[in-house]
Amino acid sequence: MNSGIPLQYFLILATLMFFAGVYGFLTRRNLITILMSVELILNSVNINFLAFNRYLYPHKLEGMFFSIFVIAVAASEAAVAIAIIINIYRRFTTINVEDVNEMKF
Amino acid sequence: MINFSYTIWILLLPFLMFLLLGLAGHRLKPKLSGLIGTGGLGIITLLSYITAYKYFFTSEKVDEAYQKITALNFTWLQFTDKLHIDMGILLDPISVMMIIVVTTVSFMVHIYSLGYMKGEKGFERFFAFLSLFSFSMLGLVLATNIFQMYIFWELVGVSSFLLIGFYYEKPSAVRASKKAFIVTRFADLGFLIGILILSFNTKTFDFITLTNPTGSAITQGGGIAFLGLSVMTWSMIFVFMGGVGKSAMFPFHIWLPDAMEGPTPVSALIHAATMVVAGVYLVARMFPIYAISAPVALHIVAYVGAFSSLFAAIIACTQTDIKRVLAYSTMSQIGYMMLALGVSGYGGHEGLGYMASMFHLFAHAMFKALLFLGAGAIIHAVHSNDMTDMGGLRKYLPITHITFLIACLTIAGIPPLSGFFSKDEILAAAFNSNKVLFAVEYAVAGLTAFYMFRLYFNIFWGKETHYHHEPHEAPFTMTIPLIILAFGSVVTGFIPFNKLVTSDGKMFESEIELAVAIPSVLIGLLGIGIAYIMYRKESTISDRLVARFKYGYKWAYNKFYIDELYLFVTKKIIFRYISEPVAWFDRHVVDATMNSIANVTQNVSFRIRGFQSGQLQKYAFVFISGAIMLAILFIYLWK
Repeated sequence: MNSGIPLQYFLILATLMFFAGVYGFLTRRNLITILMSVELILNSVNINFLAFNRYLYPHKLEGMFFSIFVIAVAASEAAVAIAIIINIYRRFTTINVEDVNEMKF
Repeated sequence: MINFSYTIWILLLPFLMFLLLGLAGHRLKPKLSGLIGTGGLGIITLLSYITAYKYFFTSEKVDEAYQKITALNFTWLQFTDKLHIDMGILLDPISVMMIIVVTTVSFMVHIYSLGYMKGEKGFERFFAFLSLFSFSMLGLVLATNIFQMYIFWELVGVSSFLLIGFYYEKPSAVRASKKAFIVTRFADLGFLIGILILSFNTKTFDFITLTNPTGSAITQGGGIAFLGLSVMTWSMIFVFMGGVGKSAMFPFHIWLPDAMEGPTPVSALIHAATMVVAGVYLVARMFPIYAISAPVALHIVAYVGAFSSLFAAIIACTQTDIKRVLAYSTMSQIGYMMLALGVSGYGGHEGLGYMASMFHLFAHAMFKALLFLGAGAIIHAVHSNDMTDMGGLRKYLPITHITFLIACLTIAGIPPLSGFFSKDEILAAAFNSNKVLFAVEYAVAGLTAFYMFRLYFNIFWGKETHYHHEPHEAPFTMTIPLIILAFGSVVTGFIPFNKLVTSDGKMFESEIELAVAIPSVLIGLLGIGIAYIMYRKESTISDRLVARFKYGYKWAYNKFYIDELYLFVTKKIIFRYISEPVAWFDRHVVDATMNSIANVTQNVSFRIRGFQSGQLQKYAFVFISGAIMLAILFIYLWK
């Protein structure tokens, strides 16, 4: 059906990106870095959408639209998240996630 | 048919006054709120006199009998088609008579209180409570059905509680108000049971249906028997228990003497003239049932009345607190009324006792209110309740002296004052039916004259006492009610009760029976004479008598130890053997179960609250590991 790069390669790339994102999300202490990790996770999902769309239903466009949709959501999410981070900085004068722990027992 | 619908204002006005004085009273000047209360009650008094005139002299009689008129009725709680509780106004000879009694005495007491309570803390509160009392008492006597009567019966109890405890900073007043409330409440339990049995049996609450002598309630009631008495009799006995509590008959009399802790005008209004006769009124209201289908219950009424009157008269001879003497005298006179109802039959001349009871109720309200208000004037002047602190007051309080003397002569049954006529009718009724009860009441008549004049001579004659400051006559707001009530005590004897208030609404002929009247006057004079010898001047006769009958005197002085008996039964038996085990069970079993559940929850939550660390990444880690584990579970193990 298709010559070129096989599907598995895309999936492996997406999986690597996804777990890199998860790892970053769990280990980084800087809120900006955590936000970047979330972007990484979203983009790995986008790759999956596009790869499956291309290999399984090449004459349809749902996967494409969905990934555009995800990009739009990611952009607005970044705007909101940065606004939150700015407010956290004003309140605590830090963006270290370990110091922002008021929501506890 | 005359329109009586305006009588709703007799009920509404005092209630509105209570709301006004109770809610906004503290913003008004005390004098103004007193005047509002008194003025409002004046209007109600006027309305009741108009009602009485219209009822007795212009309403149509059917078959020569006064009819029961439902002036107003609306359904309040509809349970089923047949069973509903109404609110309304019933006019019949006894309820019209009672509204005259209640409004007259209440109006006099209001005027009197303007002077007596002047400058007291809570002046407007006092008038608010008086209005509440007038409202509930009028609601009680005008009730169209037994359930409405019960509701107002309890309201009367509450206002009595509030007024006895008016000086709520005084511990004795607080104790007395609690005692009055609990004792009457306990008796009212019987009343409620009686109502339930009665209405279950007859399927109605309505007085007109219940007391119709040819109606189904009376002719068919009480088929089943329990312990040898019909169900109807049992229900009437239970209903009478409520009356016993409210009217302070033996054995529920213990609250009445203590209720004298309240302000004296309250004692005059509630604990002498109106509320305490509610029990008599209740029996009179249900009288056709008592007389026709529950004669055993009626005998109980008679014996309880006779015993209470003798018992209270003996105690009254030994007390020295003037208000307590009057309280026991009240109990004794109410015993008279109960006895008169108990020996009465239904209809015609048989109903002499019924008529006599209502007559005595009316006369008693006048002269006993007068006695209490007079006692209030004396206490106001001397600042003491104890008759040993008094003596020779006739020079200082001329108006009080004369009116008090009139009241004493009235209660002693000296013609032509009202007490003579009513007591004569009662004795005649007792004579016709039961010679033993007649003998008891005859003795009580003598005792009554004796203790009243013991009181009179000790206060106004007797030894010359030196007072710290000269006692002075009460202000005119207090003496005017005394004069009016003294006038009332004189003239009520000439009201033809046999034409107006009878058991079946028809008039009957009655005349003074000289065979009863002459001995009863003689024994009254004898009692006065003994009191004159013993207390007119300082003498040692009474002390010698006390020394002779030391134990009897001590028993009577301590009210035959009934209070102690009650305390023994409640504290030593009920509290120790019932309440304490129950309390132990409650504390150590019921509460302990609940507490342990709460403790376990609390301990567990202390342990696990560390999970809520506030560390975002810990939460994310748990969440992601959970998601991964679920994924593994679904993919590899869920086959």
